[in-house]
Amino acid sequence: MDKFLTFTIVGLATAAIYAVIGSGLVLTYTTTGVFNFAQGAEGMLAAFAYWQMTVGWGWPAPLAIVVVLLLLAPAFGILLERVIFRGLEGTSEATKLVVSISLLVAMIGFAQWIWSPDQARVVLPFFSGHKFDLGATTITYHQLITILVAVAVAIGLRILLYRSRLGVAMRAVVDDRSLARLNGARTSMVARSSWAVGTSLAALGGILIASSAGLSATVLSLLIVNAYGAAVVGRLRSLPMTFVGAVILGLLDGYLAGYLPTSGTIAPYVVGLRLASPVILLFVVLLLLPNPRLRSHVRTREYFPAPTRKGMLLFSALTLAFGLVLATTLSQSDLVVYSRIFAVGIVALSLVPLVGFAGQISLCQLSFAGIGAIVMAHLGAGGNPIGLVAAVVICALVGGLVALPALRLQGIYMALATAAFAVLLDRWVFILPNFSIGPLHVKLFELGTLEVDPLKVFGVTFSSPESQMVLVVVTFVLVSLLVVAVRRSSFGRRLLAMRDSEAACATFGLNLVGTRLAVFMLSAAIAGLGGAIYATQLASIGPNNFDFFTGLPIFMLVVVGGAGFVGGALLAGVSLAGFLPFLSSLWSGFANIETMLPGLAGIGLGRQPSGAAPQFSAGFAPLRDDTPVLVSMLGGMAVVWILRLTGVIANWPMILLFAVVFLAAMLAVYLRAGPTTFAAAARQAMSDTTVAPAPSTGPGERPVPLEWVGVTVPWTADRVAEIDRHLRLDAIPVREMATAADGGPDA
Amino acid sequence: MPDFEVVGVTVRFGGNLALTDVSLSARGGQVVGLIGPNGAGKTTLFNVITGLQASTEGRVELDGVDLTKLSPTKRARQGLARTFQRLELFTMLSVRENVAVAAEVHRRWARAKVDIDAQVDAILERVGLGSVADTRVTALPTGQGRLVELARALACEPKVLLLDEPASGQDDAETERFAVLLRELAAQDMAVVLVEHDMRLVMDVCDVINVLNYGQVLAVGTPEEIRAHAAVREAYLGQGADA
Repeated sequence: MDKFLTFTIVGLATAAIYAVIGSGLVLTYTTTGVFNFAQGAEGMLAAFAYWQMTVGWGWPAPLAIVVVLLLLAPAFGILLERVIFRGLEGTSEATKLVVSISLLVAMIGFAQWIWSPDQARVVLPFFSGHKFDLGATTITYHQLITILVAVAVAIGLRILLYRSRLGVAMRAVVDDRSLARLNGARTSMVARSSWAVGTSLAALGGILIASSAGLSATVLSLLIVNAYGAAVVGRLRSLPMTFVGAVILGLLDGYLAGYLPTSGTIAPYVVGLRLASPVILLFVVLLLLPNPRLRSHVRTREYFPAPTRKGMLLFSALTLAFGLVLATTLSQSDLVVYSRIFAVGIVALSLVPLVGFAGQISLCQLSFAGIGAIVMAHLGAGGNPIGLVAAVVICALVGGLVALPALRLQGIYMALATAAFAVLLDRWVFILPNFSIGPLHVKLFELGTLEVDPLKVFGVTFSSPESQMVLVVVTFVLVSLLVVAVRRSSFGRRLLAMRDSEAACATFGLNLVGTRLAVFMLSAAIAGLGGAIYATQLASIGPNNFDFFTGLPIFMLVVVGGAGFVGGALLAGVSLAGFLPFLSSLWSGFANIETMLPGLAGIGLGRQPSGAAPQFSAGFAPLRDDTPVLVSMLGGMAVVWILRLTGVIANWPMILLFAVVFLAAMLAVYLRAGPTTFAAAARQAMSDTTVAPAPSTGPGERPVPLEWVGVTVPWTADRVAEIDRHLRLDAIPVREMATAADGGPDA
Repeated sequence: MPDFEVVGVTVRFGGNLALTDVSLSARGGQVVGLIGPNGAGKTTLFNVITGLQASTEGRVELDGVDLTKLSPTKRARQGLARTFQRLELFTMLSVRENVAVAAEVHRRWARAKVDIDAQVDAILERVGLGSVADTRVTALPTGQGRLVELARALACEPKVLLLDEPASGQDDAETERFAVLLRELAAQDMAVVLVEHDMRLVMDVCDVINVLNYGQVLAVGTPEEIRAHAAVREAYLGQGADA
């Protein structure tokens, strides 16, 4: 009984922290529409700042608390609102999601840069962990303070929301943002305040939990996933229910900590259960949410046209050539590093049908890759290609199993469910020893790392770095072609249709569940293939290669690169596994900020929601369409490559010469076409591939949309007459209309 | 001949009654008008019929089959098709592809042996979109966007066609052609239910008109009867629209 009381108190203290963080999350989500994935990272930064002041600089704890909670955190929150999130109003949920995930990644990168993870840091609990007796049990002052703080936060928020002008404005904004604005509520003031309060609450949670959870950038940042569970119990709207959710989570955690066996035969199987319990609960709560209404049309700015045959041919040829040049010019050790470009690229490709075409969100693709890698290690022993096939099949099945319950979830909830799955694998499944379910014997990472044999196909063993590079680039190109084939197929059209309007799809009898299931399985299968190939490159794999946090930059960079294009996946692979290691090799200090860069790239999203790939392809369009120059350029590059192969030049001159040949080709195109046509061609390509093209001058006779009369073309009697006809003003006497027309657009 | 019945539909949003005991029937060959002021509940009724909105009470039947408990998808497969007042077009796709998606899905569940390309071409010609078949739908004016929705609905070869303000955004000539098309569709044994504010069109093409006001059926009758109906004139037509 004493033990029970002790664990109850431990649980309530944990609950208090989740409640504090969760209520901050709910506050910002309801008032600004941003689900802040970086909430935990804000708490993490606050904990580090607190450590720096108290331990690093020797400040007294109360002073540090005041500075962090009342000064730094609100200022940081306001800064975030001002610089990043204000510009996101009116963008799709996916874009907001990517931006806040990017922020999370960037902040972890920042923290690891400033406070090296190699050094151990300890935050002492308040009053150095002193405790006092309470009846039959003891309680530390830290626990008592934590619980009291949560109660105070609950009361404080209640007063803020129901007794202050600001709170009334906040609730008004939650009800109806535009109506609140029309009635004179200062919505930007509201947004700023809720970011300030939300960040302070995150900071408070971070400081309170740092003494027990330890000062680690990733651990603290991902604690947010636990607080999600609490917030989702409140359906991201209700603060009281968020507190209830936090209490459930906290007590569960406390009792699991107390009663899970730590020794004996089943201990290794349940040791991860405690850490995984918040995400299991999150998953269960998500499943219990009521069915949402079918999504109808959402205005999005993205546009992903199907690539042309020629464009795809060129893309494949250039990608193959790129891989071949790398394979023949890089040193063995560099090859091991850079062949990851295409392995990551394949995992990234798995997101193209799912995120790009179907508009679904998955944060667990790298976890599928991990499953594929495990399958390859066990079933592909000796390099047996059966391992690859099994990886594809098993991942498709697992993907279907995960997706089936999650299918009716949308947007942010889908993101949360897939994140929960990924974290569940990290914290529990991937660290399980071998087990059997009936006749099925399951082997995972076997409590350590697994050795993976190089692939062996038709007697050829892909063991050398060169051959692995060739293998992976060829696989990447084949999978790209598959993805493009999907885009062109009727299945692809159904996905794009579903992305725009599920309601409309239902009205012609589309099986929505089946279609979503199919794309999720396809995507998981591709990720599994990527993981299996990646595993043969790494030769030795562990759970860390495939954890949730490692997977986030892939998701972000695919969206930034262009989620609807295979080129976007290549850009993700190149930037993550090519560009960043390359920069680090030039300047070792760069390695410290390496994690920050993808984050910064993601934060910049929103200006170009279709991603970078269409910009690239638009820029190259004039070159692509000028066959003689294109052929000469490729020929020139081939010559440079041959010079390198024959040892005439080294790598750096080769890169320089490639650049020279490329620039010369662009110049040639420019000169041949003349400046105006060149710009026009590029612009044409842009308008084909990116946002909201100007209404085309198609075969019909609508040269200028009527809205633009008087803006881009002058008013003429004909056009005015046409406008009248459209507005059905023909009935009004012509003389009055003529006066209006003469008076120009302002009349 | 399709026999479509909506019986006693009531929809409650919290304390508000969006629809109260609304009934409506349509038979193959008929064009049935559904008119009423903005906010009368016309679109809500369409949403209830197609299953996008659950009703508190009432049922929807087609040829004696109760559709009330079916999902929107299953209702579509029973022969309901609709267009939307707020366009629900597939913005990434061309006009032809918008229609082809529906045609392909229809062929699959109806196990119909049709040549998709030929079917889509024929539908596009029929609604007058042949010249813009390969344009991306976002480049079309609203009036033509509504025709794309109509074409998409026709691709399912429905028994009941529900049109939500299909003629708004069209000019007079287009509306006239549209009226002819509606009569042709009805003549193919389709039951057409038409929500429309253009009274001339409604009075021209409808066999029966239902008037909704504040979520209740105010009147049902032939165009002549509706024109003569005092309460209707007051609630709707009297407010300046030409009768």
